[in-house]
Amino acid sequence: MGSNLPLAYLMLSAILFVIGGVGVLIRRNPLVMIMCVELMLNAVNLSFVTFGKTLDDISGQIIVFFVMVVAAAEVVVGLALIVAMARRRPGATADDLRTLRG
Amino acid sequence: METAVFVVSALIVLAGGLGVVSSRNPVHSALSLIATLFGIAVLFLNLGAELLAVVQVIVYTGAIVVLILFVMMLLGVDREEDLDTEPLVGQRFLAGLIGLLFLGAILAIIIVGKEAIITGSRSVTSAISPTVSNVTQIGTELFTTYVFPLEITAGLLTIAVVGAVVLSRRPRDLEPIPEPESMTDMGDEALTTVPEEGAH
Repeated sequence: MGSNLPLAYLMLSAILFVIGGVGVLIRRNPLVMIMCVELMLNAVNLSFVTFGKTLDDISGQIIVFFVMVVAAAEVVVGLALIVAMARRRPGATADDLRTLRG
Repeated sequence: METAVFVVSALIVLAGGLGVVSSRNPVHSALSLIATLFGIAVLFLNLGAELLAVVQVIVYTGAIVVLILFVMMLLGVDREEDLDTEPLVGQRFLAGLIGLLFLGAILAIIIVGKEAIITGSRSVTSAISPTVSNVTQIGTELFTTYVFPLEITAGLLTIAVVGAVVLSRRPRDLEPIPEPESMTDMGDEALTTVPEEGAH
């Protein structure tokens, strides 16, 4: 089992990624959708660190660092969009994001 | 020991992930997300990425989830959602099917390929050092090899902040907030029109 632990990490990462992806597809609340995107990003981060450890390379951890920064920027812009949308229409769902079009 | 930590953290991560997707209340989703992110931080520690584990707790659970919760409270969406009705018929079935197919494909590759799926050669120039600490090594790499991506990241964060300010600013066609009466209203006429519907 000990030698197969990296594979177990990758499986966990795959399962978490799919949970997040299904969440993005089925939930209609934009805030919950953003949280599901965070789940997917974290799943990928986990596999980056696993690969980095398996191949004995620090670059895996550095890429995760950059992914975290991009995720933070994404959340900031996404939440600003949601706030701007909900100000015009309280209780907005993902369908109301079509107001973004022009 | 490593396996035991992995099993416990993996259970926390999966339970939290399912909680995010299936909670009726968005606040419960956010709290489940904290559990997931914390479990992943423990897994990072288990993999020897100490700096990332700390950054995960500080940035994700400390900043991002709090920001999401703050917006939830600001917008007042902390209500139970009706998850029983399905607005698009067949949406959940299709989403589950796609998810299962994708998961099955990845798991099949991992199970069949075993160690061979981890392709690539061992690092020569940036190997994980057994003597230098994790923080020192990541810092050195960030400011030498990855200095240009780091600068671009700084630009990205600036753009994100400016974008957030522009997006969440009040549109110009909405009524401005009236000034205090004692300073402007001399009793002659209304200096500011009454805000109409939509200017909340």
